[in-house]
Amino acid sequence: MAAAVGRICGARLFRNTGIVGPQVCQLSTSSQGWTRNRKLLLSTLGVVGGGVGALLFALEQSVQASGSEAHPPHQPWSHDGWFQSLDHASVRRGYEVYKQVCRACHSLQYIAFRNLVNVTHTEAEAKAEAAEVMIKDGPDEEGNYFERPGKLSDYFPSPYPNENAARAANNGAYPPDLSLIVSGRKGGEDYIFSLLTGYMEAPAGIVLRDGQHYNPYFPGGAISMAQSLFDEAAEYSDGTPPTASQLAKDVATFLRWCSEPELDDRRLMTIKAIGMFSMLAAVAYYFKRHKWSTMKSRKLAYKPVSKK
Amino acid sequence: MSVWATLNRTVFKRTSTFALAVASGTFFFERTFEVASQSIFERINKGKLWNDIKHKYE
Ligand code: HEC
Repeated sequence: MAAAVGRICGARLFRNTGIVGPQVCQLSTSSQGWTRNRKLLLSTLGVVGGGVGALLFALEQSVQASGSEAHPPHQPWSHDGWFQSLDHASVRRGYEVYKQVCRACHSLQYIAFRNLVNVTHTEAEAKAEAAEVMIKDGPDEEGNYFERPGKLSDYFPSPYPNENAARAANNGAYPPDLSLIVSGRKGGEDYIFSLLTGYMEAPAGIVLRDGQHYNPYFPGGAISMAQSLFDEAAEYSDGTPPTASQLAKDVATFLRWCSEPELDDRRLMTIKAIGMFSMLAAVAYYFKRHKWSTMKSRKLAYKPVSKK
Repeated sequence: MSVWATLNRTVFKRTSTFALAVASGTFFFERTFEVASQSIFERINKGKLWNDIKHKYE
């Protein structure tokens, strides 16, 4: 690598031209033209790099176009945008939807009850939520496993003891863990929303096996999860009308929070980074002007050497 | 005499006062910057944050 770099610009990089020399010759690129080989190498690199990028882009696009599934349309999420935090009221409602509907089949193994504190629930409420579930714990002094009410430090319990039990209960399909599903699926929360609201009659020619349902947003169309969100499929404690699309929107926002609990911090970080970097940019700009002021205001005079 | 020169003479010339100026400058800068960013964030997201809705549940 070093050798290659050296070959491309070696002589110029390493030549010692004193203090003024480099400053002067860097001001103009025309004084020393590129050699033929160097031009050839750089243009080959450019063409190959651009070509590979274009090829990857084209392949990616053609894969998207060749699939049979519908592409989820983009929804106007309230956390879309550089500075937009999550809507915590919506996250809270989404938790209620997960608790009343999705939890029957889907685990949420990376979220603990303590994570809800000061995000969607007060500490007392989160403790009450935890106490509602039974957690398997043990072994106790006699070596037995036992069940106890949940504590803040417990993670959400899974509805099934293991994957085989989950498959057996769902016609052989495994309901995936939802903790990271928004990051794990193309389209993120748009996909979740479309998937949950997109169920329809299978078009003619599509054969569904037992326990399968048709959903155009699911790759292949035949999904083993039945439609679970209908108007009034869950209840909201804050009185929001629980229409199917409201439920889907809130649970998608909740799952986005599960996948990316640091989202709010990142939005705040964006604001801080913009502030910090604009100050640093001002300093760098001043420094550049400062350093160049001598370069720009000086005059070079060439004194012919008299022969005498 | 300009402010700058006074500052130079009284603070920046001596290492001990200079170090003190750096430390306290950092402290006050960090606090103001932090509070300002936070309040911009809260103003943009008014009504959406936990602090804005928690009074309903306490
Ligand atoms: C009756 C059980 C059941 C309920 C209730 C249920 N699901 Fe599912 N879910 C499944 C099963 C089974 C699968 C696997 C489907 C497959 O692979 O064909 C699945 C798959 C999924 C997937 C993954 C789709 C993909 O791209 O692989 C998501 C996301 C999902 N469910 C979200 C939810 C949400 C959100 C809720 C609550 C509103 C919910 N589910 C309620 C059983 C359920």
